[in-house]
Amino acid sequence: MGEILVLVDHIDGEVKKAGLELLTLARSLGEPSAVWIGEGLDAGRPVLAEHGAAKVYAADAALNEYVTAPRAELLARLVADKAPAAVLVSATPENKEVAGRLAVRLGSGVLTDVVAVDADLVAEHSIFGGAMRSRSKVASGTPVIAVRPNSVAVQPSPAAAEVEQVAVELSEAAKGARVLERVVQEKGERPELTEAGIVVSGGRGVGNAENFAVIERLADSLGAAVGASRAATDAGWYPHAFQVGQTGKTVAPQLYVAVGISGAIQHRAGMQTSKTIVAVNKDAEAPIFDLVDYGVVGDLFQVVPQLTEEIEKRK
Amino acid sequence: MNIVVLVKQVPDTATERKLSAADSTLDRASADGVINELDEYAIEEGLRLKEAHGGEVTILTMGPDQASDSIRKALSMGADKAVHLVDDALHGSDAVQTSYALAQVLKKIGFDLAVLGSESTDARTGVLAAALAERLGVPQLSLASKVEIDGSTVRIQRITDYGYDRVEGSLPAVLSVVEKINEPRYPSFKGIMAAKKKPVEKLSLADAGIDPALVGLAGATTQVVDFADAPPREAGTVVKDEGDGGAKLAEFLAAKKFV
Ligand SMILES: Cc1cc2nc3c(=O)[nH]c(=O)nc-3n(C[C@H](O)[C@H](O)[C@H](O)COP(=O)(O)OP(=O)(O)OC[C@H]3O[C@@H](n4cnc5c(N)ncnc54)[C@H](O)[C@@H]3O)c2cc1C
Ligand SMILES: Cc1cc2nc3c(=O)[nH]c(=O)nc-3n(C[C@H](O)[C@H](O)[C@H](O)COP(=O)(O)OP(=O)(O)OC[C@H]3O[C@@H](n4cnc5c(N)ncnc54)[C@H](O)[C@@H]3O)c2cc1C
Repeated sequence: MGEILVLVDHIDGEVKKAGLELLTLARSLGEPSAVWIGEGLDAGRPVLAEHGAAKVYAADAALNEYVTAPRAELLARLVADKAPAAVLVSATPENKEVAGRLAVRLGSGVLTDVVAVDADLVAEHSIFGGAMRSRSKVASGTPVIAVRPNSVAVQPSPAAAEVEQVAVELSEAAKGARVLERVVQEKGERPELTEAGIVVSGGRGVGNAENFAVIERLADSLGAAVGASRAATDAGWYPHAFQVGQTGKTVAPQLYVAVGISGAIQHRAGMQTSKTIVAVNKDAEAPIFDLVDYGVVGDLFQVVPQLTEEIEKRK
Repeated sequence: MNIVVLVKQVPDTATERKLSAADSTLDRASADGVINELDEYAIEEGLRLKEAHGGEVTILTMGPDQASDSIRKALSMGADKAVHLVDDALHGSDAVQTSYALAQVLKKIGFDLAVLGSESTDARTGVLAAALAERLGVPQLSLASKVEIDGSTVRIQRITDYGYDRVEGSLPAVLSVVEKINEPRYPSFKGIMAAKKKPVEKLSLADAGIDPALVGLAGATTQVVDFADAPPREAGTVVKDEGDGGAKLAEFLAAKKFV
């Protein structure tokens, strides 16, 4: 079986769930090798081992000082040296950019936002806001595939996770866009939006920033992440990092709860493939109700606190 | 400053979109073509940068004949001229090939700043800005929610998973913008009239120095195997709150094992 390179995202050594999903998927395609950039491998390595990484290629944190290009150069170098059968990344906006650069470097093709990959490396897409399914493959070169988070159920399977340090000499062109500062807006102890099994989102109906506490309380009773519509992020009620939709994050949780959100096409583009969808909205005509498994027409300030209380009672 | 804004024509997201049964490419005939809505922010940012720093805004589109409607609209917003890469051989090009074709045109016409939207609403790959920066060997200043230019230095706020990064690079560069960056203007009547007289240069593959073997469906680096409608969602239950809406919803969630 061929080697499968998996770019594993982590925050200071804490492996993102999407990385474990990719390792699980990679085991069905070949032998997974994790690619690790930056500090924290001591903490991360046992997790990679537990989830089936036969090898770990570790590279210096300096690669993160510039926008995407150094990571593409690292992966291109590994593809040249190891001749893997495919490269997998998680389909975040940033990783899709890495994937695009890598495909150009390799002269191969790139498939983005795929929801499944079969043993012949045929990938499935959910397109046009979930209205259609298509299957595609890379026709030339080493396939570069960006997989949507939450598309694969994580299964552990122990492996050696043997570490090999990789040094790359960056080209001058790769140093063109320098990161001066990182500003973190994610807050609190809630699960990460794209990785969460349950997402509770609030929209314009929530009314102001303080009222988002109603959304947060419901989210916490369910162990969910909090999301927001663009109307809510544009109004400054919640940070942009939490926006769900066309120009925010794409989420596909087991359960999506839309509160005071009308269900505009751009919002739907980011949540339509959620497994179960429920909504609370005072307007019975709101388009979000076309999508729901269960909907309540009513005032969110009545319905949501009652829902939260009921959930707490049942715990 | 020579600003080139890349604009894609896409089927209107409000209409039903399809793939063609013949070759699995986008069925452009069955839906109205409009400017990719995220590209309107790129056009607006291009115009604002020109207003602040001087220069010229050129629209660059790769697409079939009917894409000229979108080009006119972009010109009516205030762009100065346009380049339309149009050739039947381009049909079916994927993202890697499209980046090659557009990079060839950018090299030919020259640019200080190439401005893109963050993604298209049809294919949504979101790779073009990065792929163009790779091909052109210039800084990738992508996913910007804010842009400042000072001489030849460009600083952006780049939207990330966790918030944003402050990023710096120098011209020439590729910039892509997110919808937070501005509010696109509407074409004025004067703008619409003026657009009719603005120059649109049509380029074929040969004009742009594009190798026909490297574009189009036959040589595509990706290939659609098959496609089908997604199974329709089963119609759900919608109840009116009679004072027990929250409790009912909790019951539903409990039955589904979410609580
Ligand atoms: C280029 C572009 C990109 C975009 N990207 C995104 C994106 O990524 N994500 C996104 O979400 N949007 C996006 N949008 C915006 C999108 O078109 C909508 O404007 C937005 O989703 C509306 O947000 P909303 O549903 O919260 O607000 P509204 O459409 O105003 O809906 C508010 C809803 O709350 C209900 N409501 C009000 N009060 C109450 C109450 N007390 N109890 C119960 N219900 C109540 C109302 O009935 C209404 O249905 C984008 C738009 C453009 C043009
Ligand atoms: C449903 C569907 C799925 C697809 N999936 C894939 C895939 O996984 N891999 C793949 O290689 N191809 C794919 N394609 C083909 C893809 O549409 C084309 O390759 C396209 O030219 C580039 O991708 P994009 O539109 O996603 O660009 P994006 O990278 O999303 O677009 C970003 C920006 O690039 C600029 N831009 C894009 N296209 C043009 C253009 N023609 N002219 C001028 N500016 C432009 C615009 O400023 C735009 O905002 C898919 C097509 C469809 C219809």
